[in-house]
Amino acid sequence: MKQFEYVRPASIAEAVAAAAQPGSAYLAAGTNLLDLMKGGVSRPDRLVDVTRLPGLDRVEPLADGSVRIGALVRNANLAHDARFAKAYPAVAEALLSGASAQLRNAATVGGNLLQRTRCAYFYDTASRCNKREAGSGCDARDGENRLHAVLGWSEGCIATHPSDFCVPLVALDAIVEIEGKSGRRELPLAELHRLPGDAPERDSALQPGDLIVAVRLPASARTFATHARYLKVRERTSYAFAVVSAAAALRIENGRIAEARLALGGVAAKPWRADTAEQVLKGATPDAASFQQAAQLALAGAKPSGDNAFKIELARRIVVRALTLAAAGTPARVPALPASPFASVSGALHV
Amino acid sequence: MTHSISLTVNGARRDFVLDDPRVTLLDLLRERLQLTGTKKGCDRGQCGACTILIDGKRINSCLALAVSHDGADILTIEGVARGDQLHPMQAAFIAHDGFQCGFCTPGQIMSAIGMMQEAQAGNDPERIRECMSGNLCRCGAYAGIVDAVLEVQAGQDEAKQRLSA
Amino acid sequence: MSELNLTTAPAHVRHGSNIGQPLTRRDGVLKVKGQATYAADNHLPGMLFAVIAASSIARGHVTSLDVAAAKRHPGVVEVMTSANRPKLAIDPEIKTNPFVFRMESLQNDEVRYANQPIAVVIAQSLEAATEGAALLAPRYEALPPRVGLDAGEVFVPPVVGVGNPTVNEHGDVEAGLASAAKQIDATYETPPQYHNAMEPHAIVVAWDGDKLSIDMPTQGLILSRARIAELFGLAHENIHIRSPFLGGGFGSKGLMGGPPVLGIMAAKLVGKPVKLVLRREQMYGPVGHRAPTRQRLRLGADGEGQLTAIEHHARTVSSSYDDFYEPAADASHTLYASPAIRTTHDAVRVDTGTPLFMRAPGEATGSIALESAIDEMAFACGMDPLAFRLKNYAEVEPISGKPFSSKALRACYEQGATRFGWSKRKLAPRGMRDDAGLLVGWGMGTATFPALMFQAEARAAIRRDGSGVVEIGTHDMGQGAWTAFAQIAADGLGLDVDRVEFRSGHSNLPDAGIAGGSAHTATAGAAIHNAGAAVIAKLADLATKDERSPLFGAGNTGVIARDGKLFRRDDESRGESYSDILARAGLAEIEARGTGAANPAAMEEYAMHAHGAVFAEVKVDPELGQVRVTRMVGTFAAGRIVNPHLVKSQLFGGMIWGVSFALHEEAITDRRTGRIMNANLGEYHIPVNADVPSLDVLTVEEHDPHVNALGIKGVGEIGITGSAGAVANAVWHATGVRVRRFPIRIEELLV
Repeated sequence: MKQFEYVRPASIAEAVAAAAQPGSAYLAAGTNLLDLMKGGVSRPDRLVDVTRLPGLDRVEPLADGSVRIGALVRNANLAHDARFAKAYPAVAEALLSGASAQLRNAATVGGNLLQRTRCAYFYDTASRCNKREAGSGCDARDGENRLHAVLGWSEGCIATHPSDFCVPLVALDAIVEIEGKSGRRELPLAELHRLPGDAPERDSALQPGDLIVAVRLPASARTFATHARYLKVRERTSYAFAVVSAAAALRIENGRIAEARLALGGVAAKPWRADTAEQVLKGATPDAASFQQAAQLALAGAKPSGDNAFKIELARRIVVRALTLAAAGTPARVPALPASPFASVSGALHV
Repeated sequence: MTHSISLTVNGARRDFVLDDPRVTLLDLLRERLQLTGTKKGCDRGQCGACTILIDGKRINSCLALAVSHDGADILTIEGVARGDQLHPMQAAFIAHDGFQCGFCTPGQIMSAIGMMQEAQAGNDPERIRECMSGNLCRCGAYAGIVDAVLEVQAGQDEAKQRLSA
Repeated sequence: MSELNLTTAPAHVRHGSNIGQPLTRRDGVLKVKGQATYAADNHLPGMLFAVIAASSIARGHVTSLDVAAAKRHPGVVEVMTSANRPKLAIDPEIKTNPFVFRMESLQNDEVRYANQPIAVVIAQSLEAATEGAALLAPRYEALPPRVGLDAGEVFVPPVVGVGNPTVNEHGDVEAGLASAAKQIDATYETPPQYHNAMEPHAIVVAWDGDKLSIDMPTQGLILSRARIAELFGLAHENIHIRSPFLGGGFGSKGLMGGPPVLGIMAAKLVGKPVKLVLRREQMYGPVGHRAPTRQRLRLGADGEGQLTAIEHHARTVSSSYDDFYEPAADASHTLYASPAIRTTHDAVRVDTGTPLFMRAPGEATGSIALESAIDEMAFACGMDPLAFRLKNYAEVEPISGKPFSSKALRACYEQGATRFGWSKRKLAPRGMRDDAGLLVGWGMGTATFPALMFQAEARAAIRRDGSGVVEIGTHDMGQGAWTAFAQIAADGLGLDVDRVEFRSGHSNLPDAGIAGGSAHTATAGAAIHNAGAAVIAKLADLATKDERSPLFGAGNTGVIARDGKLFRRDDESRGESYSDILARAGLAEIEARGTGAANPAAMEEYAMHAHGAVFAEVKVDPELGQVRVTRMVGTFAAGRIVNPHLVKSQLFGGMIWGVSFALHEEAITDRRTGRIMNANLGEYHIPVNADVPSLDVLTVEEHDPHVNALGIKGVGEIGITGSAGAVANAVWHATGVRVRRFPIRIEELLV
């Protein structure tokens, strides 16, 4: 790990000023950043420790029916906040399906949003990677890429965003509150993460010094509470990143879908909101045919970036399943294995 | 540049001058305090061998900078037993053979203690397996680990019942 | 007292023999308190930290290292490269015996695989050494690496495994296939796998003149000492290695590899004690692995489901610079009766660290292919997989025709099937679902592993106070050496286990041989047993020749030792305590040595194997393809069980390795660079707790008078065999999809 200067600002303004200097990085829990620094992927000159900044560790219901989640709220604390989990069950389920209990205890909401890709070529500093080093090339494109992006990728980068948390958040129209050099601003989460295009080195719309201070879920987000699920296919039962995941949320009125929300994880450089699929579901009956149609639309623009064509079909199936589960209703409790296809593994055998 | 920090480690306050902000809690414990019960298996938050409790919560100490945890209250495997009297989780791990080589064991035990404090798993074996999945065991002692937790949980449930009766 | 504070849990009451009792681990308290000392837990005054810099190319040369940049980093003391490394006493490329493997010790600037050590940075802190290694920024002259099973010219190695013939043949395979009513011709692939013991390889080493003091995990104390002695030109007695606990070995800590040698060299270079610990990613290269295989199986069966031929061909790889060939096809020698069997191997050389022994080398890879093929044939014959296996049950060892020294496999099949509920299995695949709609599959596999013996020696003594001492440099890597050997020692001395001091885990003790091949308990156990018997014989000699002893004159009828006393065999009312005998003789203690080794006559006459039957249930999401093993039952017959508590744990562990083999483990190598792209524990998946919901192990009693005096066959590796195939076969039964490339992946199940 490169030597760095460690600073611990007392206020958000101080933090922004410190981090705006070149070579700076914010340190929250460090669960991703330290990993990257140990691997030589990130080599900041200065760490700006924001963990002591006041007022960023609260979950606050606001008067307009929205909820504001401070950037320093720990993933586990948010998922285990009973009121929050009841109102936004897919968010809680996604949080609890991510990483391990230890990492969830440490990791913060803001950090989760800004976690970097798990692309092995990004991590391997001997490989060319446009995201790690602008303009160097992409060794993943012709490499071992069965888990890479199938949506929104470019010739310059086929990495995916690994977050579970962001998938239901983006489906629920989350808004990111940012403190920057020119003060506070807001951004829809859908606009925070960038598709690679010809500048894969830029993961997000943030500018130097920008600090995420909160994530807000608008009042509409809780109207899906009774029909919201997160589903995640992975290569072991727990403690694994998604091969593909999906968040589905429905508002069902009089047997019809009044409004649908759908997003996919593990398929693109950002949590992938499936707007066209949502539109086709609006007013439809919640049945297999509608869900199939939504799945087709959600993956309409998908194309393999390598040995990963299967992810397109898998993503369609996950969409159908997630919508089916959401339509069946949010379970009273988060399943024993959150977001797992084996959530109800105790099922008895009937031959 | 040096950093003065103080930690409470297993109940005792420790003050240090850190000459290097890169030191993780894990390396501080192991290489500077010689508290080597906490193990380094991967150093990247992928195995759980370095699990300790900070302010009662289990975390991977390999991904925690010491300098950022100034003032923290840390519990490591060395602080779990009271002298010769084992913590019930330690005793249960022995009784149920919840380990073989023993290298992941301190992390497993700290994780199990942390999990019970989180009170998210109760006596549901499936929840326990899920909540203990952040601790890899290459020897494959998972069955014994779950049995150990179930025994301690049962003991705790019984004690609670007695109290409320 | 013992050098370690070992304890015996009082919870278990023992009756008579110590062997066979389910004692909890005597090192348990140390382990649960974090007091068991693994190599990297040692800290010496003035110690420096050494960190390896590893190559990112797989083949070529290092052309430059920025040593100056590393040295400029505060705290860096020295950078060891091929230019300034201390000289070794012999060229490490010379194979002085068959158990020497070539290693990287900075002898030159050549790079033979990715992750090869190319320099060592030594610093005052771990942080400085680590960054120093990063600052070296090596430049290379790279050659195109050879990667994968088709990388180059195919050749037939002279031997596979440890001296096994490359080709074995019995009967006429072509005739058997020609006469078959049903044929299976299937090719299976297994990936490179890495041991990934939770404890990374580590060494803490201090020189004192020409003496070496070393803490390092090793599965072979005396072998390691001998290798260090020849490399550094030291007398054996000047080297002291402590290895009281290994944080897992699985074969990767059996033979001396490069990294600990680099630690010793670094300490020599800087003249100070050094600690060198591998980073996790550095475990993928210099410390061995399981080579990939491609195995073609051709089976023939007649109209009744009787095998007419088994042909098993295995392709594997070795490194460009040394030879180890996974003997995968040999798995077909022993399990199924067939009038014709042919096993063959070939190989290609690739740019990788040399593959080595990894838990059940050959047996594990071969087993998953063979058990899959047998399953395919059973289905082709319209038979239940268990009925098919029983139909082809081998009453004698098929390849050799030798009788088995013992074989309770039939009982394993029967008891395992009953416990599992196998009779309710539907023959056709994709025919079972649970009430959540998940596909359910049941599969089975036969487990087998040879009952091997190496060589060991032990010293035993009885002291004036009636207590015993047993000394032998055994290795505890989780199998329970501190406990099981103490139990054997206690029985050998006729004492309760609490009255025996068991000294182990360092190199100044008698040679326990290597902890590998599932032979450690049998080999070292036999040595301990024989040392105990020899001491008792000496003690008996003292008593029976002494007129003052109640045992006087019992020399012909003999005495028996029990509870710290000797008794006349023909009259147990006449006896005398050990301490009385020694007191009268004026002796402080009486000692003897014993050895353990295979009996060549018995080996000539009998085929010696442990066996087992594994039954697995998987559930598969019918649309999403994710798999979970929900239930496993393993039934094993492995001779005498020294400690059922620990044996069960070891078998569980083996079965989980089987799950891992079938569903999880795979090192992913970039075809262009030869670098392993998942050299970590986040993406190189081994099972987590939630992957293993329910395991059940039964052991079937087996009395084997031929394998060794104690009747022990060993259980360290057999658990993987059978299990991997059982899981794979269950996945087929659940889905109807036969996946022949392991691990089974989601995309293959998206039908």
